Amino acid sequence: MERQSISAWNVLDWGKRVNIRQEVKRKIIQIAAFGFSNSYIYNFAGGQIYKGKWKEFCNPGMNCYSCPAARLACPIGAMQAVGGSMDFNLSFYAAGFVLAAGVLFGRAICGFICPFGLIQELLYKIPFPKKKLWKGFSYIKYILLVLFVLLLPVIHTNELGMGDPAFCEYICPVGTLEGGLPLLSAHPELRQAIGALFSVKACIMAVTLIGCIMVCRFFCKVMCPLGAVYGLLNKISIYHMEINKEKCISCGKCHNECPMDVDPVKNPDSAECIRCGKCTVCCPKEALALKFRSLKR
Amino acid sequence: MDWNKWLCQKKHAAGVLVFLTAVCMMAWGVYRGEVSTVFGKAVNICLECIGLG
Repeated sequence: MERQSISAWNVLDWGKRVNIRQEVKRKIIQIAAFGFSNSYIYNFAGGQIYKGKWKEFCNPGMNCYSCPAARLACPIGAMQAVGGSMDFNLSFYAAGFVLAAGVLFGRAICGFICPFGLIQELLYKIPFPKKKLWKGFSYIKYILLVLFVLLLPVIHTNELGMGDPAFCEYICPVGTLEGGLPLLSAHPELRQAIGALFSVKACIMAVTLIGCIMVCRFFCKVMCPLGAVYGLLNKISIYHMEINKEKCISCGKCHNECPMDVDPVKNPDSAECIRCGKCTVCCPKEALALKFRSLKR
Repeated sequence: MDWNKWLCQKKHAAGVLVFLTAVCMMAWGVYRGEVSTVFGKAVNICLECIGLG
């Protein structure tokens, strides 16, 4: 009996240690990706933005290219910039990049690489009443993707045939937070241009930040057009989740543990799953696994 | 062939197909000069992004 209890304790302890290691590993990757994406911190002091060659490449996660520290271009901004330019209606470069990244990793990019994903997770650690989100809100991001990212920059054009980046201009709280606030605080001449539009965007940013404090990854769940694309690609992405239904005892621990409110047993390829791996760690039967898809099975 | 294995193979094939399409899209975008448009937008302060329109 004594031997059994010690053995059970050891297993529990081992499980906890693995759990911590898994989450620490993910955090290290998130911090490294955040650091790589935002390595020009000294630009905050002068209110400048980085102008080097790296800006030709897109960041797989959400990170405003007007953030003084940003190294890479925002893929959503790039899509709209090219789609709204005089010469092109569709950005094959940025869309191709998002599709390629999404089909390889799906929403694991949200869980591991996205700089704004890390910011949201840190905000969620602030002690405040936590809430669950009504599932219907998750469809808003698809409307934002189609309407503000794909259609409006192409349809709503001026006499020169140039369209505005509608998502960046009217919605994106990431741009207001990462680009707007640092640049406006460093440039008094820009502050003079503040008008109604900035007030609207500041309100959206405030609602988003409060949402992120109350709901885990509020922006990812409700607003992120990049997450919408990656979510759709979760169904066919090479990096995916596998469930062994013979091992599963339907205890529901994975569903309870999931920060995105997904039930991985019912829907392992859910568009909301960010592949954080918390469900795979908490499963007592090791029935869930994240791995690269293989034909040799 | 069981249903799960068939579905897995179809998803894998779809993934490979989308990936190849995505690579071709990127190559076509680079070829027709989209990178300079992205670069031009990214190295200047985007007034729309920061809320000044």
